[in-house]
Amino acid sequence: MTAPLPKRIIKETERLQTEPVPGISAQPHDDNARYFDVTVQGPDGSCYEGGVFNLELFLPDDYPMTPPRIRFLTRIYHPNIDRLGRICLDVLKNNWSPALQIRTILLSIQALLGAPNPEDPLNEAVAKQWKDNQAEAIKNAREWTKLYAQPKE
Amino acid sequence: MDSDDEVNSVISSEDLGGDADSSVGDFGGDDSDVDFDELQEHDGFDTQEKDLKPRKKAFEIDHKVYSPEDIQRQQDDQVAEVATLLEQPHESTAILLRYGRWNKERLIEQYMDNQEEVLDKAGLGQDVQKSPPRIEVIDGFVCDICCEDTPGLRSFALKCGHRFCVDCYRQYLAQKIRGEGEAARIKCPGDGCNRVVDAKSLDILVRTDLTDRYHQLLMRTYVDDKENLKWCPSPNCVYAIECGVRKRDLTRVVPTVFCDCKHSFCFGCTLPDHQPCPCSLVKLWLKKCEDDSETANWISANTKECPKCHSTIEKNGGCNHMTCRKCRNEFCWMCMGMWSEHGTSWYNCSRFEEKSGLDARDAQARSRQSLERYLHYFNRYHNHEQSAKLDKDIFHKTEKKMTLLQSASDMSWIEVQFLEEASQALQRCRQTLKWTYAFAYYLARNNETEIFEDNQKNLELAVEDLSEMFEKPTDQLSGLRVEMMDKTTFCNRRRIVVLDDTAKRLKEGVSYNLHFYGFGVVC
Repeated sequence: MTAPLPKRIIKETERLQTEPVPGISAQPHDDNARYFDVTVQGPDGSCYEGGVFNLELFLPDDYPMTPPRIRFLTRIYHPNIDRLGRICLDVLKNNWSPALQIRTILLSIQALLGAPNPEDPLNEAVAKQWKDNQAEAIKNAREWTKLYAQPKE
Repeated sequence: MDSDDEVNSVISSEDLGGDADSSVGDFGGDDSDVDFDELQEHDGFDTQEKDLKPRKKAFEIDHKVYSPEDIQRQQDDQVAEVATLLEQPHESTAILLRYGRWNKERLIEQYMDNQEEVLDKAGLGQDVQKSPPRIEVIDGFVCDICCEDTPGLRSFALKCGHRFCVDCYRQYLAQKIRGEGEAARIKCPGDGCNRVVDAKSLDILVRTDLTDRYHQLLMRTYVDDKENLKWCPSPNCVYAIECGVRKRDLTRVVPTVFCDCKHSFCFGCTLPDHQPCPCSLVKLWLKKCEDDSETANWISANTKECPKCHSTIEKNGGCNHMTCRKCRNEFCWMCMGMWSEHGTSWYNCSRFEEKSGLDARDAQARSRQSLERYLHYFNRYHNHEQSAKLDKDIFHKTEKKMTLLQSASDMSWIEVQFLEEASQALQRCRQTLKWTYAFAYYLARNNETEIFEDNQKNLELAVEDLSEMFEKPTDQLSGLRVEMMDKTTFCNRRRIVVLDDTAKRLKEGVSYNLHFYGFGVVC
């Protein structure tokens, strides 16, 4: 890291520590302040309830002109998240605005867990299951959450 | 021939005056009701006027070339016109027109129906701030993008009121224009804000190199949005062509247009001139020549499969007793049956005349025939393509020849021009000939096909004659001058005959060989 960290990133990081968003944490790496370890709790009442999902977040050089890069590290059964953990979310692509922040993006991701959208799928197989047999899909999602997304003691 | 037969009279040249008010400038959208047929009918009315004009050939298409300045003027004129109608400032009108894909009528109609909704969708929603946007210094301002709060920080906001510092705004605009190639719909950087950045605000914020690119992109979307405008595809050419031929007319006309940069191309598919072959056939033909469907054809014509392991086998000699190299299966090449069943009548397959054997032979013969048919046309198509390339090389040597001629004989510069004319005629005619072969491949056989083939043959003979003369040593050329000039004229005439005839036939509807046309692949 040769270039000094932009004020924007410093402020955002500070605010993430001082006023954390409930159910979400983001911790920058000591050796790379643009790389964050993120955890998101499954929203209450959703099929991901009780799960804690690990994500990685990276702020590219031209952030905030371009969106942060985010990926799930924990396996998750969700129509808009693929096997590699990539996320299909409008604000991470076309609808990104430089006025958005890490915290708002993470909130959007949490909201996506609460409202899966099988009409705009990234993971075709999961989306198909979601449309054909929603009860079964929700059951799968719960099982995967139990299997892969249990908080470490 | 009565007036209705004239395919080319799509739009009379008066209509193409480049005037934004003319009907031509308007039919942008699909729902436009000005169409090919109506224009033709319309043309039928003023027969008197038409009789005075020199008769145009059936394959010639009306079109007009525009420079970037012309296109800019067209846009400006339309903006000015609509601005007075809608009582909106020019900048907002431009945004509205871009939103409406330059379909004036539809935009005005929608605007009259529901002004607020149209404004909102176009990115001109409710104004929070009434004064025109400008760079300001506001006390206690913190930029939401960079978190900068230094006193005296210069900031900017569109009428939506979302304020950001000038540096961030510039960076944002540069990212959109240079990075993403966006121009017509750059939105305010505010989250979820639909407000579109207008050209005036852009001028306030960024330097000329970026505004130049911005206007270039706007121009591009303008031409792309208009169905009757297309950029000349030639590299580095800046001109756009206006032509009234619509997509659905392309089965009946081949709209070759000529750009001021000397490039001629098809307005329908923007490929280089391919008269007389219609776009859809060109596409099929090119695909056919490109992909390896013909390899498969060759395989089916020249090989058989081992009845046991299905390896492909080409018989390159020897007797009918085959032993598969792979599975060691022994079979008869004639009847494809087991060799052991042949008993003692080895090397003379008695089962040859059986029905299954006959069928197999018929299938092989058909396959071979269709392959030969394709190769017949392809070889001629390919030959003209190659010859045109060679002729082009000669064309580059022509100038040298011309100067040589001037010094060797007493000919003046003007007297050696015939060489250049001959060279150009050769190029043009070979281009046409090439596509007549692709066209012929798909044609169904009937009496008209024979006329077509006669015309084709006449042109071909003329072209080969001229080509031969062209290759003669320089000292003989001066003696051939009159003859070559005659031949050049003759070639050009023969070409026009071919094009005129096919253009008329296309207009009436040509019957194609559905076996080749409908499925694309011969099998």
